[in-house]
Amino acid sequence: MDSAKNSGLYIHIPFCLSKCPYCDFYSSTSIPSIPDFLDALFKEMERYGHRFDPFDTVYLGGGTPSLLSPKQLEDILMNGRKNFHLISNAEITLEANPADLNQSLLESILEIGFNRINIGIQSFDEKVLDFLGRRHSVRQAISAIEASRKAGFHNIGLDLIYGIPGQDMASWFDTLKQAVAFSPEHLSCYQLTFEPKTPLGRRFQAGEFSVPGEELQYEFFMKTSQFLEHAGYIHYEVSNFARGMEYSSRHNQKYWDHSPYLGLGPAAHSFQGNQRWWNHRSLDQYLASVHAGNPPVLETESLTKEQFQLEALYLGLRTKKGISLQDFKVRYGLDLLCAKQNILEKLEEEGLISIQDGRLHPTPTGLAITDSLALI
Amino acid sequence: MKHIRNFSIIAHIDHGKSTLADRLIQYAGVIEERKFKDQILDSMDIERERGITIKSQAITLPYHASDGEEYVLNLIDTPGHVDFSYEVSRSLASCEGVLLLIDAAQGVQAQTIANLYLAMENNLEIIPVINKIDLPTADVDRVLDQIDSELGLDPFGALKCSAKEGIGIEEILEAIVHRIPPPKGDPEGPLAALIFDAQYDPFRGTVIHCRVFDGTVKPGDLVRFMSNQATYKVEEVGRFLLSREKRESLSAGEVGYIFAGVKTVSDVHIGDTITFDERPCEKPLSGFKEFKPVVFSSIYPIAPEDYEDLAVALEKYKLNDAAFVYQKDSSIALGQGFRCGFLGLLHLEIVQERVEREYDLSIILSVPSVRYRFTLKDGSTPFVDNPAYYPDPISIEKGEEPYIRATLLMPERYLGAVIKLCMEKRGEKSKLNYLGPGRVELIYEMPLAEVIYDFYDRFKSITQGYGSFDYEVLDYRESNLVLVDILVNGEKVDALSQIVNRDQARPRALRACERLKEEIPRQMYKIAIQGAIGGEIIARTTISPFRKDVTAKCYGGDITRKRKLLEKQKKGKKRMKTIGSVSIPQSAFLAVLKSDTDN
Repeated sequence: MDSAKNSGLYIHIPFCLSKCPYCDFYSSTSIPSIPDFLDALFKEMERYGHRFDPFDTVYLGGGTPSLLSPKQLEDILMNGRKNFHLISNAEITLEANPADLNQSLLESILEIGFNRINIGIQSFDEKVLDFLGRRHSVRQAISAIEASRKAGFHNIGLDLIYGIPGQDMASWFDTLKQAVAFSPEHLSCYQLTFEPKTPLGRRFQAGEFSVPGEELQYEFFMKTSQFLEHAGYIHYEVSNFARGMEYSSRHNQKYWDHSPYLGLGPAAHSFQGNQRWWNHRSLDQYLASVHAGNPPVLETESLTKEQFQLEALYLGLRTKKGISLQDFKVRYGLDLLCAKQNILEKLEEEGLISIQDGRLHPTPTGLAITDSLALI
Repeated sequence: MKHIRNFSIIAHIDHGKSTLADRLIQYAGVIEERKFKDQILDSMDIERERGITIKSQAITLPYHASDGEEYVLNLIDTPGHVDFSYEVSRSLASCEGVLLLIDAAQGVQAQTIANLYLAMENNLEIIPVINKIDLPTADVDRVLDQIDSELGLDPFGALKCSAKEGIGIEEILEAIVHRIPPPKGDPEGPLAALIFDAQYDPFRGTVIHCRVFDGTVKPGDLVRFMSNQATYKVEEVGRFLLSREKRESLSAGEVGYIFAGVKTVSDVHIGDTITFDERPCEKPLSGFKEFKPVVFSSIYPIAPEDYEDLAVALEKYKLNDAAFVYQKDSSIALGQGFRCGFLGLLHLEIVQERVEREYDLSIILSVPSVRYRFTLKDGSTPFVDNPAYYPDPISIEKGEEPYIRATLLMPERYLGAVIKLCMEKRGEKSKLNYLGPGRVELIYEMPLAEVIYDFYDRFKSITQGYGSFDYEVLDYRESNLVLVDILVNGEKVDALSQIVNRDQARPRALRACERLKEEIPRQMYKIAIQGAIGGEIIARTTISPFRKDVTAKCYGGDITRKRKLLEKQKKGKKRMKTIGSVSIPQSAFLAVLKSDTDN
């Protein structure tokens, strides 16, 4: 493993004022438990000591981290710095719901040390926001972005969702164009996924609505890519776009290249060496474990060589920069060019991948079927 | 000898042969009531499931008749399908009489007639028995008419029964005693015993089932098989009760078994005559034929590493099926396998099912073929049953294919549609007989290749199950033959190549292409499926690629879950064959073989 790599710190803030029906991230609406949670979180930090040092990214995700007060956010970063070695120019991101944001709060957040804000806009269409069960309005979305800019954020990311039942290309492009008009440094455009255990997933399985067919999904995907590339964004991962590679999410990149990351809080996943482990997906169990002095870990897995290879392939091929053939050989012990020569030639001929400068890249059409590319 | 009766039950499929056999066994009291298991004679699972008898079996029933005498009734069960008509004929040759069983609701069917002819050829006493008279749809008067008009038998001699309900069983047993003649023969003469079946016993070697016509055989005798002059020393003789019962000897007129240290059933030829090595009979009993496979197909393991297991499975299977022949074969697409010969399509299906079930192997079979004959410009006349050995087209002077005579019985209302089907199947020289009111017998000569393709299913479907069918192989006739290849993304799938008549090439190729299209899952790129004669493309379908297949978000908590999903998919893909960069599931190969009853 590449021990020279810096680690990423992910902190899961498992609280939401209301649950969005499509979301399968773990969260609780028990807001009064926040102080208890923070106590446990700081205890959990202490458990790890310097195992992951140094860190060059911190990501507060959720849940809804913007529910926390500036004081609570400050305590988190302070405790983080106390327990871990955070390098000086670390990328520190806060995920936020537009409804929670105002200019003075944003100024405090920046002051505390967050240098990147990722706002869950999802759509500029009131009907879509309603379908998605969001608690914010289009007006709140717009003012949150404007306030972030005014407060002095130079790295703003917006999350958008497309492929909503009944949505056509024109209405999606209305949202996309409005988003681009704010010149955010980063855009995540997710195709709506019907996660089985969510309320929306259940409605989908019950056949309550029809969703865009595969051809239309492909069109959404490709037109989004083309439009944003044309607007100056780099389509650097399946669902992620950055106005220059310096604005790509440094933290998220760690998930895709097997860099070490430490995940704290309920349901958070950690990875180091050949091990991945994850915490209880329940606030109560998490709290109970930590208070009892136990690690709040639900399960640990050790990756086999084959599992490493498969992950490296499917994760690497999600990114524009793709896979370095040399690194793959050294780190995962497989000479892809040798072992998969025929199929790679075929995929290149079909315009799904390209092999250049010792790297295996997906083309934009290849990116649309990355999960299958990994099965070669 | 005058207290012995050797008989068989013959019937069209599903007319109740096994049920009647069970009832006779039960009535004769050879088994206690509580141990009675339905259809004892059909002991293989596959026979029970399909409701047909594959192997012949025999059983001896002691019977105390109404005349106060004790009789020994030897019931020789026969296979109930056209693929096994030779085995049937040898079983019948071991009898003096038969029960010709007819379903009271369905009446006379094609195999009823075919079986009747076999019985008549062997000069047997024929007792018509109308079964299932308890059914609400039973029409006994109609069947009596058919016995008279269609079979030419005396309807007054017909018995009526319900094997299921146990009605009329005693009358049948009495008729066997009083109407079927006792066997004749000289117990002191030179031995002449007819082999009508052979089974493999893992502890004792081959159990030879035979009927002694002349002489007496006992342990210690040195015997000779007249077909190949092989000699063996008899170790044990006996008769069949529910299990084998050892006896001192078997004499003229008796039915029983012989162990003589014969290793495999393939060393025993059904229809062969056993005689004394020292004092042989003058000439063998008539009717001996070598097994002739008529349908050929290659069997491949889905996973190449299962090849050795498949080899062992076939070797073991062969121990008990002398009609099954095989040799090594290999395919570029499917790897190492075996070329196999079968008596017919049913035989093929049985072998496939038993190998898969009993040896837990996943296998693929290539498109079944008949055995073609070519005359080449150099004057040689090779037989070709494997498309892989199709001769160089320039060297071919002429091609010939086997023809059959098909006998089709059906209600008259289906005649038009059946004639159309037979024409489509290149049927010729038809004959039409009116058997009785509203019932016809249609006889066609047609290529065997058409029959093994999808004829039977379509005929059944057209006649809504009321039609019945039987055939016999006739001869070879000239045919304009071509080799049709199937290509997937330009790469030949050799296991799907077929030799066909040129007129059938295009529809056959197109259907194979369409079947593959239905079964091959969409992949990352377009898949072209083509049918070709040499370099000429005669059929084509394409499978469009999928365009979108990627998880929208993939962060810390998604990675393990997604990987597990991919691992599962990868495992599934491993079970497929990759040809021309295309993953082809086993179902696709099978689908090309399967008939299409929809059109």
